[in-house]
Amino acid sequence: MTDLYRKEIEIKKEQFQDLVSDLNSPLNRTGSSFKIWIGFLLLLIGIAGFMYVRQLQQGLGTTDMRDIASWGLYIADFVFLIAVSLVGSLITAILKLSNVKWATPLTRISEIIAVAALIAALLIIVVDMGRPDRLWHIFVHGRLQSPIVWDILVVNTYLVISILLLYIPLIPDLALLRKTMGHKPKWQQKMYKILSLGWQGTEEQFRIMNLSLTALMVIIIPVALSIHTVTSWLFASTLRPGWDSTIFGPYFVSGAFMVGAATVIVTMYVIITNYNFKAYITDKHFDLMGKLLVLTSLVYLYFNLNEFMVPAYKMKSGESAHILGLLVGEYSLLFWSVQILGMILPILLLIIKPFRKPKPLMIISVVVVIGAFLKRFLIVTPTLLHPFLPVQNYPESYHHYNPTFSEIMITVGSFAGIMLIISLFIKLFPIIPVYETAHEKGFPNEIINNS
Amino acid sequence: MEDQDYSPKSRRRFLRKFGSLGLGTLAVSTGLTESCTNPTKDLESGKKITLLNSKNELVEVDSAYISNLNKDLAPNHNSESRKGLPGKKFVLVVDLAKCKNARKCMDKCQAVHQLRPDQHHLNVLLMKDSEHTAPYYMPKHCQHCDNPPCVKVCPVDATFKRSDGIVLIDNERCIGCRFCIAACPYSARSFNWVEPKDAEKYKDVAYDIEKNVPQKKGTVTKCTFSADCLRDGKLPYCVSACPNGVYYFGNEYEDAVTNGTSGETVSLSELLAQNSAYRLMEDLGTAPSVYYLPPKDRTLIPEIEDTHS
Repeated sequence: MTDLYRKEIEIKKEQFQDLVSDLNSPLNRTGSSFKIWIGFLLLLIGIAGFMYVRQLQQGLGTTDMRDIASWGLYIADFVFLIAVSLVGSLITAILKLSNVKWATPLTRISEIIAVAALIAALLIIVVDMGRPDRLWHIFVHGRLQSPIVWDILVVNTYLVISILLLYIPLIPDLALLRKTMGHKPKWQQKMYKILSLGWQGTEEQFRIMNLSLTALMVIIIPVALSIHTVTSWLFASTLRPGWDSTIFGPYFVSGAFMVGAATVIVTMYVIITNYNFKAYITDKHFDLMGKLLVLTSLVYLYFNLNEFMVPAYKMKSGESAHILGLLVGEYSLLFWSVQILGMILPILLLIIKPFRKPKPLMIISVVVVIGAFLKRFLIVTPTLLHPFLPVQNYPESYHHYNPTFSEIMITVGSFAGIMLIISLFIKLFPIIPVYETAHEKGFPNEIINNS
Repeated sequence: MEDQDYSPKSRRRFLRKFGSLGLGTLAVSTGLTESCTNPTKDLESGKKITLLNSKNELVEVDSAYISNLNKDLAPNHNSESRKGLPGKKFVLVVDLAKCKNARKCMDKCQAVHQLRPDQHHLNVLLMKDSEHTAPYYMPKHCQHCDNPPCVKVCPVDATFKRSDGIVLIDNERCIGCRFCIAACPYSARSFNWVEPKDAEKYKDVAYDIEKNVPQKKGTVTKCTFSADCLRDGKLPYCVSACPNGVYYFGNEYEDAVTNGTSGETVSLSELLAQNSAYRLMEDLGTAPSVYYLPPKDRTLIPEIEDTHS
């Protein structure tokens, strides 16, 4: 009897070792294609950096923003990145608290996306400032009346909680890395040692970890809702047609969940095609994420109906120029492409099961992500180009806004930065949680601790 | 030079000169009129002081209710500029009937404020309200709103509202987020997207917040109601530059406005009442300090051109 039990333990131990080496495999394999990829990202970031230095020297005149279209691609990018970051709370907190077990292998993916997107969002908003050298004025002269100050408060709070939600579940995995990564460079081993905080896997440590995670998961939901609600208020708190809307908060939040789900799907696809994770991120995960994307898109569609139908029905002066510009005017091609390709078509396709297979789902998700970015552009620009009073005595170019090469490359640089953070993270830490996966597969803590 | 002008001694002289009027504003702003109607016995000193309130009435107030103006103000022009001139509430009246689109006001404004040709503190617009109404020229300044959407959204208190009604920008504080430009329904604000005009020439000139010069790259600029002129008791640059008598400017508390061309001073309330004055986009609740007199019987009916609206 005891022999049999011991044997079973041995088998379990071996199975666990296999699991660990599976999930840690990206850390041990660095091919030349990865190096080329990193080099490519660094090149894009370098170009963005160069363009930014040029912008610092010459002023925001290097952009196509002018007195009428005074916000542009950077603000659209900021709103987009904040939207993407919301997925962290959706997968890690909302699904987890609802006891959705299948999302476990996706939690770390969504959290690192959230953290990377937030870092990029905070940088791009500094890029948009006319006087970044005076950033400290916000801390010295900050006024609570301004939605910008609210935004800074909630976005940074969200970033801290997201980092904690990324880091705390990583601690048991770091303790494992401390033991298994003996062949890695000294600095890397030291990093694992310091970051694992002397984790032993005692009952007490698990209790503290689970308690803090539950607390953070509860806290992050209102904070997540508020970051995008407050971001929407940057527009909704003004009197301008197209922005002067009471549903901007939920409209933005629902759009954020949609683009966030799509971003996670794309990342999942990239990960399973590059690493051998098919056993952990399965077709079932894609299928369920596809359903989640349909759900979030339907909610977003509902808010879109409200946001455009109601003013289009009334055709109030002021609003009408804006609405007509979108529906049948200057922006109609972009508007309908975004609405149909980026929202309606994905809903229609993804309710059919074969489209929720990894590849078609990934392609649809890429379209959703691109559509979501362009949608943010459509929220920012047309409203600014149609102020209450006629635009006169300005050069002809003031009537349009076409982002310059410099602006586009800096925005591309923000995406490259996000991809760089995620790529390096995958090389340094297990992207699929080891401990949580083992725990859910029924491995007892003694085996996890003693291997 | 200017620093000396604001030394405590000269300020005291200044305050004595404006005496009752200045304290009158202070009294209203601290809610003193209410406490006067319900006097608290044990606080009163029995010494009465005569003040002029905003309704143009002389009132007597117990000296116990009066707090002294802070005499230890730093003799710094720009921090003083945040407060506004005591006893004043500036108001501009634009008579649309008289505007012939001479644009002397625009030229003067751009010259004084060191603006590029595509930057407007003041923009003369060709308006046409609806299909069958006749067009007219409308000079449009910052409206110096009493409920200013731009001031509300500024994250660093760089743009602010003074007690005399003027909304100014401190371009040494502005971080260039341009939220105020997005928030302003009157498109009254301009940004220094590139190095300002003649930046090299004005490099060493001290910043004057009331004139908002020299302009600074990466900051917002807008109409100041020529607060620098007002401090010297003069009319704003645009008002005196107008050859056609379009502008009246004055102090709402005194109920008097002066025409910049003729120099004639008239009663503000009568001018507004007799001409059915209105304010721009009253429904937005911004409460502008700029009034427009309708373009009735105007001296020039503009030709229709492409308005780009």
